[in-house]
Amino acid sequence: MVLKVSEIPEEEMMLSGTRLCSGCGLQLAYRWALKALGPKTIVTNPASCSTVCGGVGGYTPLKVPVFYCCFETVAANAAGAAAALKAKGQDKDIVVLAWAGDGGTYDIGFQGLSGASERGDNFIFACVNNQAYMNTGIQRSGATPYGAKTTTTPILGKQQMNKNMLKIMEAHGLSYIAQTSTSHPRDIYEKFQKAREFNGKGVRYIEILGTCPPGWGFPTDKSIELARLAVQTGYWPLLERIEGKLVISSPSKRYMDKTKRKDIREFLKGQSRFRHLKEADFKIWEDYIDGMWEGIRLELEKQGDL
Amino acid sequence: MVRTKQDDAFEKNVARTILASMQTPAVGEAGNTGEWRTMRPILHNDLCIVVKSGKPTCHLCWMYCPEITVSREIPPVFNYTYCKGCGICATECPTKAIEMVPEKEAPSCEGNEGGEF
Ligand SMILES: Cc1ncc(C[n+]2csc(CCOP(=O)(O)OP(=O)(O)O)c2C)c(N)n1
Ligand code: SF4
Ligand code: SF4
Ligand code: SF4
Ligand SMILES: [Mg+2]
Repeated sequence: MVLKVSEIPEEEMMLSGTRLCSGCGLQLAYRWALKALGPKTIVTNPASCSTVCGGVGGYTPLKVPVFYCCFETVAANAAGAAAALKAKGQDKDIVVLAWAGDGGTYDIGFQGLSGASERGDNFIFACVNNQAYMNTGIQRSGATPYGAKTTTTPILGKQQMNKNMLKIMEAHGLSYIAQTSTSHPRDIYEKFQKAREFNGKGVRYIEILGTCPPGWGFPTDKSIELARLAVQTGYWPLLERIEGKLVISSPSKRYMDKTKRKDIREFLKGQSRFRHLKEADFKIWEDYIDGMWEGIRLELEKQGDL
Repeated sequence: MVRTKQDDAFEKNVARTILASMQTPAVGEAGNTGEWRTMRPILHNDLCIVVKSGKPTCHLCWMYCPEITVSREIPPVFNYTYCKGCGICATECPTKAIEMVPEKEAPSCEGNEGGEF
């Protein structure tokens, strides 16, 4: 279902004039996630570019309360806030959002997220995946994809694949898991609303691809175009896993067919972090994408959805 | 557990500290971020879908602007005080109704930027 513009509230939870870079994909994601959840939201946020967004002094562009916590503790803080709301009988009314970067999710914040997921603490965990530790100057993370140059992989680019976070979260048996991209604000909006509907059903995990002009090396105006290419090449499928069942979101359905997918080179060649890649590297990317979709196909077949 | 006077004082102190560190929502937290801009988006009304149809159909510029500096009006209006000039709105506009022009040549530029060096 594609929402009409008139069906989307005009009210924003973020105000103009933030500290984030021009063309920041994370900012667009933050804007739409908060728009979907509305004013009755409490955010917990570990050190990341999103923290910079929150402002450095007595003012903030964010209209919802945000608790800025230690890097490792975003999920623990969210669990505490959710428990307090439950004790006060306000858990139906107010939603808790843990909003973290990929470093705060895949690596440093992982034990907290895993523990909260296992305990079934009641909050939404969102990871804005810009594929490196951007706020401290583009260091490699567990989410950095193969081949990407970062300041800690400056010569050859990263030699390992990224972690498969969706599979890891799937193994935790969450009620709702979703993947979305800054190229699809309506999809972000709908998925956060959906996640809220699963209130009371433990941690709900949403991962958003957040384009980053300085970190990825592309002109600011290409921020959305690149996020869209990630979807169109099949690299970043928009999907949901509802109570364990895999559902491919409508913009990504057609990419089940390999011939409909754009060449991954189109995505890679637009970014300076991949400029050094050779044919053999492109092959690794192609195999990664093909393998992922083969897995998706097998699973949908098993579910009887194909 | 018995509550002591010290407990009360401690809690009051914690509450005071939290309240003191509370922020107030405001536009322009980072100042007038429009000053970062080197290119300025301008709208060509004759190409814009919502202007031509009079209906709120497109508004992709509003949807994709990270800075929330394009309004959802007909015609869309830019907030040049905070627009950082990223150019996303111009790139995403399906009819190329938005043009990025160098800041100094923009028709309504106040001319207070890029002074002499
Ligand atoms: C325990 C700890 N280690 C390191 C840091 C320094 N630090 C602050 S933000 C940041 C990078 C965050 O990366 P990520 O979570 O991916 O978010 P992004 O900035 O990319 O949005 C780091 C390493 C810290 N604040 N705390
Ligand atoms: S470094 Fe990247 S993620 Fe961070 S504010 Fe800049 S564009 Fe956004
Ligand atoms: S140039 Fe960028 S910041 Fe300015 S209105 Fe367009 S999308 Fe928004
Ligand atoms: S994206 Fe272009 S056509 Fe659509 S409303 Fe904005 S200016 Fe008009
Ligand atoms: Mg990051």
